[in-house]
Amino acid sequence: MTQPVQTDVAAAALALGDDALVLSHRLGEWAGHAPVLEEEVALANIALDLLGQARVLLSTAGDEDELAYLREERAFRNVQLVEQPNGDFAHTIVRQLFFSVYQQLLYGQLADGESEFAPLAAKAVKEVAYHQDHARQWTLRLGDGTEESHARTQRAVDALWRFTGELFQPVPGVSVNWQEMRVSWHATVTSVLREATLTVPDGPQTGAWSAGAGRQGLHTESFGRMLAEMQHLHRSHPGASW
Amino acid sequence: MSNSTEWPLWEVFVRSRRGLSHTHAGSLHAPDAEMALRNARDLYTRRSEGVSLWVVPSAAITASSPDEKDAFFDPAADKPYRHPTFYDIPEGVQHL
Repeated sequence: MTQPVQTDVAAAALALGDDALVLSHRLGEWAGHAPVLEEEVALANIALDLLGQARVLLSTAGDEDELAYLREERAFRNVQLVEQPNGDFAHTIVRQLFFSVYQQLLYGQLADGESEFAPLAAKAVKEVAYHQDHARQWTLRLGDGTEESHARTQRAVDALWRFTGELFQPVPGVSVNWQEMRVSWHATVTSVLREATLTVPDGPQTGAWSAGAGRQGLHTESFGRMLAEMQHLHRSHPGASW
Repeated sequence: MSNSTEWPLWEVFVRSRRGLSHTHAGSLHAPDAEMALRNARDLYTRRSEGVSLWVVPSAAITASSPDEKDAFFDPAADKPYRHPTFYDIPEGVQHL
C-alpha cells in the first residue's frame, strides 16, 4: 500500500512526522482522564499542535492518511520516547519535557536554515516553545511539590532517560548540528531537573544514552497495541472517506 | 485530602488584539498565578497573537452588594446638572 520512501527529504519528513503523530495520539489518550479540566485542555492543545505538524510532514512524504493508518509497526520511524505509555501524570510530563526541548532545538535550527522544513519549522517553533514552557512549569511543581510527586517524577525521569540518546541519532535529510543539539538539550534538561530538585541520571557517555532504534523501525512492546487502536477503524473500512 | 477542587478560583480578563480594555472573560481553577495565566491562554484566547491577559484570584475581588444596588447606583436622574450632557463633543474625538 505504502510505497517505499524514495528521497532523504521524504524519509526525514516521515521520521519527524511519526514523532509528532505518535506523541499526539498518546496525549489524546488523556482526554477525559487528566487530573483537572484545565490540564486536559492544555494536553489536548499540545496534541492538536503535534497532529498539525504530523499532517504537514506526512503529506510531504506521501498520502497522510495512508501513512498514518495503513503502515505496519515496523514501517514507523518515530523515536521510542514518544511511543512510551502515558503512565501517571508525572510520566507524561517528563516525556513531554524531554521531547519538547528536543523539538524546540530541532525546529529552531531548521527554521534558521534553508531546507524544505524551514517554513514548517518557523511555525512549529512557536508551538513547541509553549509545549516546553508547559512541561517545565509542571516539572518544577511536581519535582518540588510533595514527597510523593517528587518520587513519581524522579521515577519517570529515571525510566525515560534511556530513550533520550536516540533523539540525537542523525536523520539523513535533516541538516542540523546534532552534536550541538545534544549538548544544548542536556544543558537545558539538566537545569530544569535541578531546579525541580530532581537528580539527573547518569548513563554511559555521562549524558543521555539510548536503548532505542525507533528510527530503524524497531519499537517497544506497547507501540503495537497503540497502533491497533489508532488504525482499527480505517482498516475495518478501507477506502472510506470521512 | 488534597484534590483538584481545592485549587483556588481565578478570574480572567482578556484584552483582544484590537481591544481597548480588558474584559472579564470567565474564571478557572489553577494552583498559582503562572498556571492560571497558561490555562487562561488555552481556555480563553486560543492563542491569538497580541492579546493581553490578566488573572486575579477571585478572593482578591470585592464586589458591590446586590442588596444595596438601589442606594448605590440610582442615578438621581432628576438632577440633570450631574450628567455631563451639556457639552458638544469636538470633532475628531475618538473612543468617547
